[in-house]
Amino acid sequence: MPSGRKLKEIFFETAIRASGVASIFIVGLIFFFLFKEGIMLFQTQKLSGFLFGKNWYPISEPGEFGILPLISGTILVTLGAAVLSVPLGIAAAIYIAEVAPPQSKEILKSGVELLAAIPSVVLGFIGIVTVVPWIKNTFHAPTGLTAFAGAVVLAFMAMPTIVSIAEDALYSVPKTYKEGAYALGATQWQTIWRVVLPAASSGIVAAVMLGIGRVVGETMAVMMVTGNSPSMPRGIFYPVRTLTATIAAEMGETVRGSDHYFSLFAIGIVLFVITFAVNMTADLVVHRKRK
Amino acid sequence: MVIHPKIRVKNLTVSFDGKASLKNVSLDIEPHIILSVIGPANSGKTTFLRTLNRLNDDERAMKVSGEVLLDGKDIYKDHDPVSLRRKVGIIFALPVPLPMTVFENVVYGPRRQGIRDKKILGATVERFLRDAYLWDEVKDRLDEPAMTLSGGQQQRLCIARTLAVNPEVLLFDEPCSALDPISTAKIEEALSKLKRHYTIILVTNNTKQAARVGDKTAFFLMGELVELNETGKIFTSPEDRRTDDYLSGRFG
Repeated sequence: MPSGRKLKEIFFETAIRASGVASIFIVGLIFFFLFKEGIMLFQTQKLSGFLFGKNWYPISEPGEFGILPLISGTILVTLGAAVLSVPLGIAAAIYIAEVAPPQSKEILKSGVELLAAIPSVVLGFIGIVTVVPWIKNTFHAPTGLTAFAGAVVLAFMAMPTIVSIAEDALYSVPKTYKEGAYALGATQWQTIWRVVLPAASSGIVAAVMLGIGRVVGETMAVMMVTGNSPSMPRGIFYPVRTLTATIAAEMGETVRGSDHYFSLFAIGIVLFVITFAVNMTADLVVHRKRK
Repeated sequence: MVIHPKIRVKNLTVSFDGKASLKNVSLDIEPHIILSVIGPANSGKTTFLRTLNRLNDDERAMKVSGEVLLDGKDIYKDHDPVSLRRKVGIIFALPVPLPMTVFENVVYGPRRQGIRDKKILGATVERFLRDAYLWDEVKDRLDEPAMTLSGGQQQRLCIARTLAVNPEVLLFDEPCSALDPISTAKIEEALSKLKRHYTIILVTNNTKQAARVGDKTAFFLMGELVELNETGKIFTSPEDRRTDDYLSGRFG
């Protein structure tokens, strides 16, 4: 007969294990559903035509389901956002973690966290009334609703993630490393560049990847400012449409069980594969660094 | 002949958050000797050491009064921290290899001073690893991460790395507290050779070590310098009762 204490142990162990299994189970169900619906598209369509087809005409008769324009749109917007947000974000993190005096450090940190708290639809709205007209006027584009507008808005969404995680990574570099470098007569900048940054590099890579992951998956803001044109993008100053925006915009008007319906699920699979690849890369880099 | 002190400390008081860690310490350190600094925990000996190359500067709410003169120049007025630390190197209790290879650790300082020539850097590495009694053990492992060395080897690497900056004064903060007796012996051997070229200040919790390697010994207690004298004198006939009590194990 187990004692009361032992029963308690067994109870908590079971409860904790159940919660762990439940989360995996739910994720598994989502995958199963996504794949089950998405795979149906390929009863009538070819995989190569889906991935590399240049025409997305889902409601013409017969429909064409080439998502290359959408993939290109996502890549263009994501790369643009990364180019803008990664250097800015890392520089801001270095300033907050290493250079800023204590008071302004606190203010900056809460400021960055506040940026993360802005709902994406609000950012999209601000993008429409400020970024879009600015692009139209500055670059003399026929419309401001472009991939570049999406990149700018998404850069603001990726910034808080990159800054706060990179700042944590920099902050957790042992103080002894810095003292070691200072003791050798290194200046503050030399210490940051040669010792602190390399020591925090795995955390910084993780920060960048998580920021990019957020950008790839973002829907609302990007739908509002990129112009929603599902054609092959001709450049960063032309309207595009991303994978996410396509699902959000069209899911409401499809007929359940049609090829169009299945194709949106198939897009979901593609998105999943992309974010999975981003996360895996981050994981690999982090682990290789740790060794 | 008058020997000018390498370091002259006058009425030095250091406090953190209003609490004094060092109280009115004055002493002279002649060039090319090993000064051992002993004393129980919280006696201020580490604070003293870290003040000498201004590593305490970044601590919050630190206040310094009094003077520290290096070759007659005030380290707070006539030196900036970076140039001071190039002249006054420090080796910590726990070896802190930088996260890079053995080679890169040694040339870290020279590189920061703008030396790029591969031949010069290679010669620097060999010379200072020899000075630190480490060359024979690592000459085939220069491209391995410094973290793969043993604790004692890491500590000697840190010594070599500090020497490569060409300092004049070496500060050791309990350099053997994490090491086994054999590694300790190797470091003590290195110390005795190094004093020909450098002035060495060795903070140690091991009074026997102070007796073995120190030319002079200073005893700190509660932030005050109790006694500074020839090592032989301190250990056989100390002038202050408290020194005698500490060394014979009656407290501390």
